[in-house]
Amino acid sequence: MADAPTIARKGASLDVATFFRRYAALAALVVLLAFNFAVTPNFASWQTLNVNLTQVATIVIVSVGMTLVIATGGIDLSVGSLMAISGALAPMIFLSSFGVSYPALGNALAFVIPVAVAGLFGLFNGWFITRFRVQPIVGTLVMFIAGRGIGQVLTNGNLQVFKNPTFQFIGLGRVFGVPCQVIIMLALVAAAAWALRSTLFGRQILSVGGNEQAARLSGVPVATVKRWVYAISGLCAGIAGLVVVSINSSSDANLVGLGMELDAIAAVAVGGTPFTGGQATVVGTLIGALLIQLVRYTLLANGVPDAAALVVKGAIIAGAVWSQQQGKST
Amino acid sequence: MTDSLLAMHDINKRFQGVQALSAASLEVEPAEIMALIGQNGAGKSTMIKVLTGAYRRDSGSIVFAGRPIDFGSPQAAQRGGVSTIYQEINLVPFRSVAENIFLGREYRRYGLLDWGRMNAEAAELLRRFAVEIDVRRPLMEFSTAIQQMVAIARAVSFKAQLVIMDEPTSSLDEREVAVLFDVMRRLRGEGVAVIFVSHRLDELYKVCDRVTVMRDGRTVSTHRMADIDKLRLVSAMLGRDLETVRARSTGFTAPKSTPGKVVLSAEGLRIGRKVRDARVEVREHQIVGLAGLLGSGRTEVARAIFGADPPDAGKIEIDGRAVSPQEPAEAIALRVGYCSEDRKADGIVPDMSVRENITLGVLPRLTRLGVVDEARQREIVDRFMQRLAIKASGPEQKIRELSGGNQQKVLLARWLCTDPELLILDEPTRGIDVGAKAEIQALIRELADQGLGVLMISSELEEITEGADRVFVLSDGRTVADLPHAEASAKAIISAMAHEGTAAGEGAADG
Amino acid sequence: MSVATANAARPGRRLSIAWAARQRVIMALVLLILFGALRYDHFLGAYNVLSVLRYNSMFALTSLGMCFVIMGAGIDLSVGTTAACASVVSALLSPYGLFPGLLGGLGAGLAVGVINGFMVTRMNIQPFIATLSGMLAASGAGLLLAHNQSVSVSYDTGFTWLGQGDFLGFPVPAWIAGAAYVYGSVVLNFSSFGRHVLAVGGNEEASRLMGLPVDRAKFLTYVQSGIFAGLAGVILAAQFGAGQPAEGVGWELFSIAAVVVGGTLLTGGVGSVATTLAGVLLLGLIFNVLNFENGLGWISLSAYWQSVVRGVFLMVVVMASSGAARRAVRSA
Repeated sequence: MADAPTIARKGASLDVATFFRRYAALAALVVLLAFNFAVTPNFASWQTLNVNLTQVATIVIVSVGMTLVIATGGIDLSVGSLMAISGALAPMIFLSSFGVSYPALGNALAFVIPVAVAGLFGLFNGWFITRFRVQPIVGTLVMFIAGRGIGQVLTNGNLQVFKNPTFQFIGLGRVFGVPCQVIIMLALVAAAAWALRSTLFGRQILSVGGNEQAARLSGVPVATVKRWVYAISGLCAGIAGLVVVSINSSSDANLVGLGMELDAIAAVAVGGTPFTGGQATVVGTLIGALLIQLVRYTLLANGVPDAAALVVKGAIIAGAVWSQQQGKST
Repeated sequence: MTDSLLAMHDINKRFQGVQALSAASLEVEPAEIMALIGQNGAGKSTMIKVLTGAYRRDSGSIVFAGRPIDFGSPQAAQRGGVSTIYQEINLVPFRSVAENIFLGREYRRYGLLDWGRMNAEAAELLRRFAVEIDVRRPLMEFSTAIQQMVAIARAVSFKAQLVIMDEPTSSLDEREVAVLFDVMRRLRGEGVAVIFVSHRLDELYKVCDRVTVMRDGRTVSTHRMADIDKLRLVSAMLGRDLETVRARSTGFTAPKSTPGKVVLSAEGLRIGRKVRDARVEVREHQIVGLAGLLGSGRTEVARAIFGADPPDAGKIEIDGRAVSPQEPAEAIALRVGYCSEDRKADGIVPDMSVRENITLGVLPRLTRLGVVDEARQREIVDRFMQRLAIKASGPEQKIRELSGGNQQKVLLARWLCTDPELLILDEPTRGIDVGAKAEIQALIRELADQGLGVLMISSELEEITEGADRVFVLSDGRTVADLPHAEASAKAIISAMAHEGTAAGEGAADG
Repeated sequence: MSVATANAARPGRRLSIAWAARQRVIMALVLLILFGALRYDHFLGAYNVLSVLRYNSMFALTSLGMCFVIMGAGIDLSVGTTAACASVVSALLSPYGLFPGLLGGLGAGLAVGVINGFMVTRMNIQPFIATLSGMLAASGAGLLLAHNQSVSVSYDTGFTWLGQGDFLGFPVPAWIAGAAYVYGSVVLNFSSFGRHVLAVGGNEEASRLMGLPVDRAKFLTYVQSGIFAGLAGVILAAQFGAGQPAEGVGWELFSIAAVVVGGTLLTGGVGSVATTLAGVLLLGLIFNVLNFENGLGWISLSAYWQSVVRGVFLMVVVMASSGAARRAVRSA
């Protein structure tokens, strides 16, 4: 029984919100960079850039998948545990007798299988959520809990230490001086951004998050799209797991990816992708992650204890989401 | 003359440029059941919200129980003696019946909640309405009718003198409606007045004393139920003078081609409680109108055909083949399109651009290897933006910034892109200004002339009488009339809607 | 969405979903206990029972706080790190006596709870994000106060009695948790606050229309959750002899799982304190059973299987209750 006109024209205020959302994080990043150039000793060096990018790359890789999931209005809490699984599987493969006898094949499989397995678990998440119409928080909570357990069971909680330069290239290697994982990170960001802009799948993701009913009525296969984004999130987590164990030359299923889901969610939130879905900016997520990383670095470099950075991180996330909501009419 | 219990006079209310109420009025005597009727947008719910304080009126006076009042919120109204029962049961389903009745003003003993007393009083309250249930069980275990009784009991326990019931019967079956009416009569017997808002005219005749008709934000007339028959009631609601011959007032021109083969044939449709036996048929080159009062089941029929809410029973044939689409995607593959009734709820994707909204349905066909063909997309968007004269700053503008009329055009474009054989339009010109209306209407005729089969649901009588080549009328979920254009006069349609059962044009046997 | 879906007639449906779920959990718990008792010696022995109770009392407390928050249709991710932070605070204050230590921990929890509640009700930030921020802040605060290391507790002031002591044969932490659950049950069933929380979680819009103090109810659930987490932190410090700023990882998800397994719907509006306790015991006993199983040597299931089993439990519970919850929501 609609009496009043329902479409409120909020052109002006919404533009401010979108502008803010899009550029606030970038502006903050620029400001912070400027501050650091001015104040922090030895900031303007390749070393610093390297350190920061390396630390942030893993988070961004996971966050790309997370951005897509959030764009559909969902969330994925299992990414850290999936990282643990893939990080556990890889050494198991190339350290096995098979892997030792056929190193080339072993290494190849050590890349492919863990990522694929993580992707399959992600697909499970998507299936579980759509088949039983469960809230994504709860649905992915299952894999969060069970996933790390699976990783621990596979390795019996033991540390796997290794030295495998070929495999570890993904975490330690460089291409033209740029760390490999940074290249992967940039490639994924570019691919995801392109996909959201220019592919059918990307459009479907955004429509599902934007107005699921309208998407369904327009023929978009909503359940399939959702299953796929969770699978992709799993794949990203799988890749990130490989990177982490490569950097550490060891794989501890108890620790790999611990807390990663929250880091990823924070990056997405700060980067400006709304949790209600329908809009996504992968580049924003990258900036968000960089910003959070830079804040942490700035504090550390200037003598503030790491723990304080946690508090600041919490405040940034809350502030980012709150400011995002200010412009929204809903 | 007894003093009225409620006297609302000269109420004005304006929303963002739309005058929702113009000098509207409403008077209710103590211990009477007053029906309040009107079509969509007539102002009924605005009037009620102004009374209960959900909205502030711009001007006008409200006198209740002899005193001028100005309630600031529905809670204040409740304390003041005016309670509202909403269409969606605004109670908490998981909580017990007794708890729902006393939520917010629980009884206490030694600081702890006194369940014993609350349960006893709740049971007593319901017994007054001849409802005997276990008040300790969760509300949701009971049927909607009982839940409604509980809502009424809660309202009454606040010592209400006036109870407003907003479409309380929409999800009740006949037996439950009878029980509800009993309760209403009891209330009346106890001196409580009731305002009963409903679209089901038959019901009003069973239980109401008087009726107030609203239209376009004004109060049109007030009658004793006994003094006015259904036909005149419907006419008053629609503002339709039965005998007047009207000059053409829509953008619909006469058809330029004759109907071709049957693209849609649906019969025996049964959907939930709303649709009991619906029938409809559409041919190529033809606009078929689906008329009926609010709540008669038209949208449900449309959604069933489109696969959005598959029916419980019935046969649907598209292009002569029996089909039963379970998902809209299946219907789309069968070259059916559906432009929904509520743009905001399930039509537009608000954060997307005009271009993205237009191409949403047809995108799979514009992609190669998963990548969208930008050139083809641009071409199609430009073509349709031009054809439908969509006013926007460009294809990239966010659709939520467009006017209602242009948004509707975008949605139409979305479906036209898919090159359908059958297009179902649910209230295609609702909430659109006059100019855009005529444009869209002319466009629909043009599309039909070119071969499209159109099933058009509309609450505006002129659209049906002028635009439809054939009219099916739904009443209470049944197809009660099948009229060719020549026989589809306003009077005939209204008669059918009011289900006076006129013989003329009932078309093929039983509906 | 605007279409009336088929409303099946409901008169006569006796079981409510939550009731059924409740029976499931309690039955599962009973079965697990029976299984353990029959299979392992000493399973029901004093040592095992008491140490299980002592250890799981911390999770019982955080789950209780979580239960109320979830019933109000919210969520609190900060319970774990809040407990860690509180453990640090109470350890730092323990040299001054039992009460300073206790109050310090409670105070820390209260502070976090207030901040969370404020963010959710005043700043209108989604509970997930708000308590995520709270979680990070609490973690950081704890680490700062402890200078990134464990903080030893003073053994001279009787503070450790809170965690390591016994009263009438039962561990003090179990008494504390037990008292908390009694309180929780009374509040849930016999106080306005409890009923309002359930109403708000069940149908917030209706609750608002009925004039209930929605924001206040929500705010208080977060404050309460913070206090319970603080209490858990005090027990953590007292039991293990040190405030541990890095502990608490995963506690929030354990608590959520315990609450959900216990039959409380994540969507809010329905819940029970008793079954939350059953959920805690169930999840906790799985760990215990696995230890015993390993001890028997029949199989060598590592303790890591506990996570897998817990995850599967959660999955099964969610599957079972999702259909039921959907039916309930549609009937409203």
